[in-house]
Amino acid sequence: MVIEEAVNGKDDMLIDGQMADQVLPSGFNLNFLNLYYAKLFPYGDIFKWMSYGNDGKHPACDKSYFGRRELSFTLENDIYLRFLSFNSVSELEKGIREKCPFKIDIGPVYSVDPSKRHAYAQSGENVFKPVERELIFDIDITDYDDVRYCCSGADVCLDCWPLMTAAIKVINTALRDDFGFRHILWVYSGRRGVHCWVCDGKARRLTNEQRAAIADYFRVYKGSENSKKKVSLTGHALHPFLVRSYTEVLKDLFEQTLLSSQQIFSTEDRCEKVLEMIPDESVAAELRGRWQKRSSGSKDDINAVRWEHLKHTLQSGRHKGQGLRRCVEEIVFSFSYPRLDMEVSKHMNHLLKAPFCVHPKTGRVCVPIDPVHCHEFDPTTVPTLSQLLQELNSGGMGQEGDNDWDRTSLGESVRFFRSSFLEPLLKACKEEMESAYNSKLQQSKNSLSW
Amino acid sequence: MEIVRRPQLKSTAIDRGVPTLPLYRSAPSLEVRLEDFELYAIDRLRVLTGISDGLSRGKRPEEMEKLVAELWKANMRHPQASEVMNKDIISHFVLRLVYCRTEDLRKWFLSMETALFRYRFRLQTAEAQRAVLAEFQLPYKAVTTSEFEVIKDKLTLVARSINQTLPTADAIFYKVPFQEVPELVAGRRVFLSDGYAYVAMNQVVSLVATQFRSLLSKALTLTNRKWMSTIREQEKDRLTPIVEALSTSYVGPDYSVGREFGEVSLKDIDNVAKSSFPLCMRHLFDKLREDHHLKHWGRMQLGLFLKGVGLKLDDALAFWKAEFSQKVGAERFDKEYAYSIRHNYGKEGKRVDYTPYSCQKIISLTPSVGDHHGCPYRHFSEENIRAALCKMGVNSGGVEDVMDKVRHKHYQLACTLTFEAIHGCPNDAGINHPNQYFSDSQKILKSKVKCLRISFLLTSVIDLEFPPISTVHSLHP
Repeated sequence: MVIEEAVNGKDDMLIDGQMADQVLPSGFNLNFLNLYYAKLFPYGDIFKWMSYGNDGKHPACDKSYFGRRELSFTLENDIYLRFLSFNSVSELEKGIREKCPFKIDIGPVYSVDPSKRHAYAQSGENVFKPVERELIFDIDITDYDDVRYCCSGADVCLDCWPLMTAAIKVINTALRDDFGFRHILWVYSGRRGVHCWVCDGKARRLTNEQRAAIADYFRVYKGSENSKKKVSLTGHALHPFLVRSYTEVLKDLFEQTLLSSQQIFSTEDRCEKVLEMIPDESVAAELRGRWQKRSSGSKDDINAVRWEHLKHTLQSGRHKGQGLRRCVEEIVFSFSYPRLDMEVSKHMNHLLKAPFCVHPKTGRVCVPIDPVHCHEFDPTTVPTLSQLLQELNSGGMGQEGDNDWDRTSLGESVRFFRSSFLEPLLKACKEEMESAYNSKLQQSKNSLSW
Repeated sequence: MEIVRRPQLKSTAIDRGVPTLPLYRSAPSLEVRLEDFELYAIDRLRVLTGISDGLSRGKRPEEMEKLVAELWKANMRHPQASEVMNKDIISHFVLRLVYCRTEDLRKWFLSMETALFRYRFRLQTAEAQRAVLAEFQLPYKAVTTSEFEVIKDKLTLVARSINQTLPTADAIFYKVPFQEVPELVAGRRVFLSDGYAYVAMNQVVSLVATQFRSLLSKALTLTNRKWMSTIREQEKDRLTPIVEALSTSYVGPDYSVGREFGEVSLKDIDNVAKSSFPLCMRHLFDKLREDHHLKHWGRMQLGLFLKGVGLKLDDALAFWKAEFSQKVGAERFDKEYAYSIRHNYGKEGKRVDYTPYSCQKIISLTPSVGDHHGCPYRHFSEENIRAALCKMGVNSGGVEDVMDKVRHKHYQLACTLTFEAIHGCPNDAGINHPNQYFSDSQKILKSKVKCLRISFLLTSVIDLEFPPISTVHSLHP
């Protein structure tokens, strides 16, 4: 109670070090957020990222680039401000600290400054339109509710989080190996999912149609509430992308982890759910009969045992037919394949929450996730706002850091953001800019010589 | 065709006497009789609307190929062989003018012309196809034999996954940036590696169609600018009326306001839902009453339909609130959902008065977990359709007829049969729009007219009154 009062009553309570050893409430409030934006939010890194090299001195830099980017703020009480824009890192910092948004969303880069869009609208022709936007993905654990039995809705635990890990692995590998993208940022959404930002130049310039094509390439899951079979794999073989996803990620995830963590065959209802995916009723009936007999006190995990039954029956070769051949894979895909929010990826003008925001419900920071070590990521240990402020107050960690965040557990995230994402990205931007500029010079030389 | 731009006829193909596919890069310098100007356009429009109809019925590529061949033969012939190519080119440029004028018109024309081009390309001989490919001057090279050997296994897997013949060593594959073949990527019909798609010779049509589409898209924007800046005014006594009449005939009713029956009030809504809602809307309506909630696209699909039916904004707010507040509370409804309803009615944001979804749009939606929108005939499992049809009051014989159409992917015909089974009365025009289903149903129920024919695209085109045509105009002053 004392702490509550202190927090709500006096702004400077935290800074003067009085509370260093006390436990702060794990919640989220405006005072904490104010401090976070004052001391910890990495404005410079976000600005450098979103400028894509256009903040430099090169003659090919487009000085208006960052200023044409839409940001939107969600304030306390759900007040929603869209089409904000900032021309420099100091403006950005000023804007954020003034408004103290609960959530910052990032939109596309428009043809003109989005805050002045009305002025351009007078001219009749629609000059205000999105011209660049990262390719983005939003994966939300609530979309898996029909195949996770540990939690539902916004809750997440270590039993269902592996679904997110698998999604990162499958999508990340395909983005790199199949589509040839290099600058990919994965971010924890702060509560129940992950976001992905693909930032290569060629990704930012994709048309809506091309974005939709990529999203569809990833779409395996086609079920609505009104059809039982959610995944249908037709054809005589699987596409190489699906083969790789299955053998490298999904099969192991399903057999080593989900079977027991989700107790997929533990009850009659759950078994029935799997049996519904088998198109041949006689095969389903055979398995049902076998499972209804009381198990003979075997010590083996019932889920693993029943899965082996099912695989053996379907793959034994006694049952021929196109529909059954793919059934084992279909079941594994149904329970484990990534489920994307398609609409987010398909359109340039969709907004997505900025990295390093703090989720107002959990107080957790939206930190980057390393896709190479994503299986080590634990959403329950992501730094919270109160934890960070406490670290800041106690002044521990590396004392000599230039930045406040260096003294907190946010430091690791910022350093990772820089070394694995931002630096390689900016290097590539510079090269791209240089070569575009040179070929332009070459062109104008050629035309002069005529 | 001076109307469009000063031309430069590059009639290489015509000179050689090889009938090939024109890319319509520039308008030809031809004299066109004003009469032909219209008639050619109407003939081509028949082809395009035929294609649109075929696509919305979910016809498979082979069926579409046949349909296009038939449509072309039926409408685009000309007694003089030498005029066939000219008719093709002139009609295209006239319609380009007609359909350049709004975003929606451009979108429709672009899709239909691209589809037409695609199926005509498929009908060409291999030699003619290569000639078209060459005309696009694409910088892509065929994959070399050594490269082929490295990725042969993957190419084989892809071919098997889409049930195509396996690639042999002499098969030609083109290596192109994946951005150039979005539809092949979307269907996982190509092998992708490091940003490149490996396109088989028999898939090249996708590549050319994309190129064609992008050329035409740019050209339409330019034509629009010219139309707005000069042509419309210059031609206001001659071509403008024809052009404007031709396109309104396509658009047809958009059902954005419930015109015919005024309004539906809240107390009647359950009754009319039972009697006159098509299955897609009936399902959403029932789910809303049951769960007191619908996800975004469900709210859009049902909300806009109800607007079209004549539910006034105030009633709409009351209707949605009554349901949603049972689930999320009145306060959250006002905060999170009311905005989007006012938005649909053009009272928020861009203030566009949104039009209800057509069948074509609904069929193309992709419902996911927890969603109830979309076309039940397409998106439901067979048992679920059967159950739903029984609930609608379709007898068992009727159910089998409907299921037959569903299996052949004729979703709108399935809906039409359902309509006929319930109303005991034929619906000759067929169902193209949920709001048309509703108004047709209301007409029957109010027995104002027996089974009124909704003006269908083509008939309305033909019935148009054109200004008298007598003089022969040179389009090239």
